[in-house]
Amino acid sequence: MDFSVFFQPAFSGGGIYLDWVFSGIKWTLLVSILAWIIAFTVGSVLGVLRTTHPVALRAPATAYVEVFRNIPLLVQMFIWYFVLPEIVPEGLGNWMKGEMPMPEFWNAVLCLGFYTASRVAEQVRSGIQSIPDGQTYAGLAVGLTRAQVYRHVLLPMGYRIIIPPLTSEFLTIFKNSSVALTIGVLELTAQARQISEYTFRTFEVFTVATVVYVLITLAVTVAMRALENRVRVPGYMGSGGK
Amino acid sequence: MKPVKVLLAAAAALALAGTAAAQEGTLKKIKDTGVVKIGHRDASIPFSYLDDKQRPIGYGVDICLKIVDAIKAELKMPKLKVEFVPVTSQTRIPILTGGNIDIECGSTTNSVERQKQVAFAPTYFMTGTKIIVKKSSKIKGYDDLKGKTVVFTAGTTNERAMKAYNDEKKLGINFIPSKDHAESFLAVETGRAAAFPMDDILLYSLRASAKKPADYVIVGEFLSDDPYGIMMRKGDEAFKKLVDKTVMGLYKSGQINKIYAKWFQSKIPPKNINLGFPMSAALKELIKNPNDKGVEACGKMKC
Repeated sequence: MDFSVFFQPAFSGGGIYLDWVFSGIKWTLLVSILAWIIAFTVGSVLGVLRTTHPVALRAPATAYVEVFRNIPLLVQMFIWYFVLPEIVPEGLGNWMKGEMPMPEFWNAVLCLGFYTASRVAEQVRSGIQSIPDGQTYAGLAVGLTRAQVYRHVLLPMGYRIIIPPLTSEFLTIFKNSSVALTIGVLELTAQARQISEYTFRTFEVFTVATVVYVLITLAVTVAMRALENRVRVPGYMGSGGK
Repeated sequence: MKPVKVLLAAAAALALAGTAAAQEGTLKKIKDTGVVKIGHRDASIPFSYLDDKQRPIGYGVDICLKIVDAIKAELKMPKLKVEFVPVTSQTRIPILTGGNIDIECGSTTNSVERQKQVAFAPTYFMTGTKIIVKKSSKIKGYDDLKGKTVVFTAGTTNERAMKAYNDEKKLGINFIPSKDHAESFLAVETGRAAAFPMDDILLYSLRASAKKPADYVIVGEFLSDDPYGIMMRKGDEAFKKLVDKTVMGLYKSGQINKIYAKWFQSKIPPKNINLGFPMSAALKELIKNPNDKGVEACGKMKC
């Protein structure tokens, strides 16, 4: 094991190989966090729609979830990057391929975001549906509208209930972001591969990459734990063991 | 700290296992297991690629099969099994040094840098880096790539040659990596990238198998010289001697001309195209006076 490799001058672009690692971390974080924002927003809307009664609202949300969670992420990445520009109108397609800034990056963000949204949607739905119907009826009985029941009764409880599975999902998005390397985003795994290709120091490079992933996910776990404790409803589920 | 320590220990154990396998001697390993493992590529036409039945074939594969015959004779094991293992530009060296393949028969440039990790048989083909572009792009040479997007196959010498040129001439090229030659060519085909730097012979064969070959041109001076060689593990003199002897035997007996003509001047699968690529003067010279000299990694630029 010889970790001095990270301080050797990099092959291209000036700087040392450690700079490549940091650049990789930057792109991993950017892809993951932006994708998470999309996933959380879109997933929340879809999850709520899946618990509503009108079929016109429920069916499209269900269809979305089934399509996006049943196609492998790797395949979706290729569809966004290689197929989509060919099936949209030619002008838009050419823009996506040529003029669009950082096409690999934005494709990865959108793909990962919309894929994870389908999983978040299921968790939001299960969170809402785990609340006893009695609470909805109670809300309606005191004169709240359906929207108000969601806003003041179901969602505040539902989100609290699903914090643990959402944490897993949030962690997964950091690890799934490595799939972006297949369309050319130089995130952490891609940089690790590249450095090992240039220096042949495979073990050192992937050890560092592994440690970085562990640190990122540990930080997320700690933050989500803190959030969970902060918003906990005293006397309600999940606080029994404390 | 504990998980980190465990990880380090695991990685160290792996590293040790890797070197142990490499030191053992390839011939002994083949004898003990009864299997010789050949690393092949999937789209290095016509050196090493898959035919329509997904079997590895090609100029390099044919030469490697001759080497297998020599191993069989040497070990007196006529029933030796051959196992083909697919490798990519990025995985070929770690897979070889890790012991999962015994020889790699592809389109691997013999570079001085790679020689620190692996050994090469005498050069069996001579090529160099050029770029393929769309005819409609009007790109005539490397300097026309200023500010454009260029796709490269990760882990190739062409990547280095192109990047070194870009650094030296400050062209501000936007590079995108891809995992194999077919995917890189797809990026040019779909307009994602303006150019793809690769060994010229591979560009000619990619163009020949394209949907509309006439739409593409291969331009530029040679950016690097790329002598191809069969890779094997370093420091295994007995095995290298056997491989070298077999390859040079093909050169001496003239059998190489037949193998060459089969892949470069006749119709080849899967599309029955004839590359029509006569043997270059450089290769003729190498066949007369074989050597396993490597080239500098960055081609004609300074690293």
